[in-house]
Amino acid sequence: MSARDERPLSAIPRGVWLMLVATFGIQLVWQALQPKPVASATALDAPLSPAALRVMAGGEPAALAGLLTLYLQAFDNQPGISIPFRHLDYRRVIQWLTVILELDPRTQYPLFNAAQLYAQVPDPARERMMLDFIHTEFLRNPNLRWRWLAHACLVAKHRLHDNALALKYARDIALLAPAAPDWAKQMHIFILEDMGEIESAKILLGGLLAGGQIQDAHEIHFLMERLKAMENAENSAPTSKN
Amino acid sequence: MRGHQIVTIARYTLLEATRIRLWWLFALILAIACGAAWFVQQVAITESTRIQIAFLAATVRLAAVFVLSLHVLTSIVREFNDKGLELMLSFDLRRGDYVLGRLLGFFGVALVIALLATLPQCVLAPPVTALQWGLSLACELTIMAALSLFCIMTFTQLMPAASFVLGFYLLTRTLTAIRLIGAEPTTGNDALSHQIMSWGMEGLALVLPAFDRYTQSAWLIDNNAAEWSVSAIWAAQALLYTILLGAATMFDFHRRNL
Repeated sequence: MSARDERPLSAIPRGVWLMLVATFGIQLVWQALQPKPVASATALDAPLSPAALRVMAGGEPAALAGLLTLYLQAFDNQPGISIPFRHLDYRRVIQWLTVILELDPRTQYPLFNAAQLYAQVPDPARERMMLDFIHTEFLRNPNLRWRWLAHACLVAKHRLHDNALALKYARDIALLAPAAPDWAKQMHIFILEDMGEIESAKILLGGLLAGGQIQDAHEIHFLMERLKAMENAENSAPTSKN
Repeated sequence: MRGHQIVTIARYTLLEATRIRLWWLFALILAIACGAAWFVQQVAITESTRIQIAFLAATVRLAAVFVLSLHVLTSIVREFNDKGLELMLSFDLRRGDYVLGRLLGFFGVALVIALLATLPQCVLAPPVTALQWGLSLACELTIMAALSLFCIMTFTQLMPAASFVLGFYLLTRTLTAIRLIGAEPTTGNDALSHQIMSWGMEGLALVLPAFDRYTQSAWLIDNNAAEWSVSAIWAAQALLYTILLGAATMFDFHRRNL
C-alpha cells in the first residue's frame, strides 16, 4: 500500500490512539515484570521402542536415526546450560545408541560418538560401560564395526590400563572380523608382547606368517623383524638373570 | 444502535463459520487426531496413556491454531474480494465498530473450537485439568484470532499475512528457549553481535506473549496444571494482548483509504 492510500494520522479517533498506547505500555511493563527464564537441566528420557520409531519414521528409518543421533549428541547442550558428558545417565545414552543402530544398522555415527565422545570421560566406570556397548555392537556385525572395537582396545590398554580387556577385544577382532585389515587383526599379538606373554605372541606371529595370510612384502619383513626381536629378548632374558 | 451493529457483525461472523461447516471440519480433524493418538498408544510399550495424551493434546493445539488462523484470514480476504467491506462501510457504520464486531465474532469461533478441542482431553485426562487446558487454549486462540485479523487488515493479502501469523506463532512458542540459549552461548558471549542479538531477543520478549507457558500437554499428562489464580493471570494477559492487537487493527484500518 502506498502512502497515498493512507489517510492522515489525524483521521484516527482519539480513543483508538489512547487504547493503543495504553495497552502497549501495559504490555511492556507486564512483560518486564515477569521473572527471567531460568535454565534447568532436563534428564535424558528413555527412547521409544525401535518398532514405534520405525512407525514414526514413515519409511525413512535412516533419516530418523540421523535426527535422533543429532538430538542425542546435542543433549549435553540444552538451552542455557551445558551438561558435562560425565553427568549424563550412561544407561540411557546406551539405550539411545542401541535404538539408533537398530533403526539404521549401517550407520557408524552412534559408534563414533560412543568411542570418541562418551568413552572419553574421566570416569573409568562410564568408560567401561561405553566400551562394553561397543563390544556388544561389534559382535552383531564384526566386519562393519571392527574399527570401533579397535579404538576400544586402545582405550582399554592406554586409558584404563586394562590389558586383559584390551586383549579380549583384540582377539575378537582377529577371530570374528575377517574383513579387518592385518594391523587390526595383529593387535592381540603386540598386546600379548606388552603383557610379557612373549611365547604366546611368538606362536601367533609365527602362525600368521606361516599361514600366508600376509601378502605385503614390507609387512612380512616388519613382522619377521618383530619375531626376531621377540626371540632375542627371550634368549637374552635368562642370561641377564644369571 | 452501535452495540446492535457490533453484535450483528459478530453474529454473522459466527454464522459464516457455521455455513462453511468449520465445526465439522474441525471435528473431522479431531477425529483423525484421536485415531492417530490411539494408534500411537497401541504402538507404545510403556507409558502408553501418557504418550497418547501428549500426542493428542499437542496435535489438537496446533490444529486449532491452524484452523482458526486460516479461517480468519480467508474470511476477511473473501470479504475484500467480494467488496463486502466497501458495501458495509457505505452504511452508517463506524470502522471501529466493524473491527469490534469481527473481533467478537472470531472470539466466538475461537471459543467453540477450544470447547471442541477440550472434549477429548476430558475423556483422557482429569476433567478439571482438561478444563484449565481448554481455558488456556481459548486464551491462546483469542490472541491468534486478533493477530490474524490484524495481519490480514494490514497486509490485505493472504500470503504475507499467513506467513506473519506462522512466524509469530513459532517465535512465541520458542522465544524462551532462544533467550536461554542466547543468555549462555557456548562461545563468544562478549562479542558485540551476541550482545545485539541478546538485546533484540529481550526486546521481543517484552512485546510478545509467552505462548510456551500456555496450554501445555504436561498439565494433562501429569495432572499438574497451574493454580487457578495463575490461570487468571494468563487470561488477563491474553485479554490485554487482545486489546492491544484490536487497537492496532483499528489504528491501521482507520488510516486506510478504501
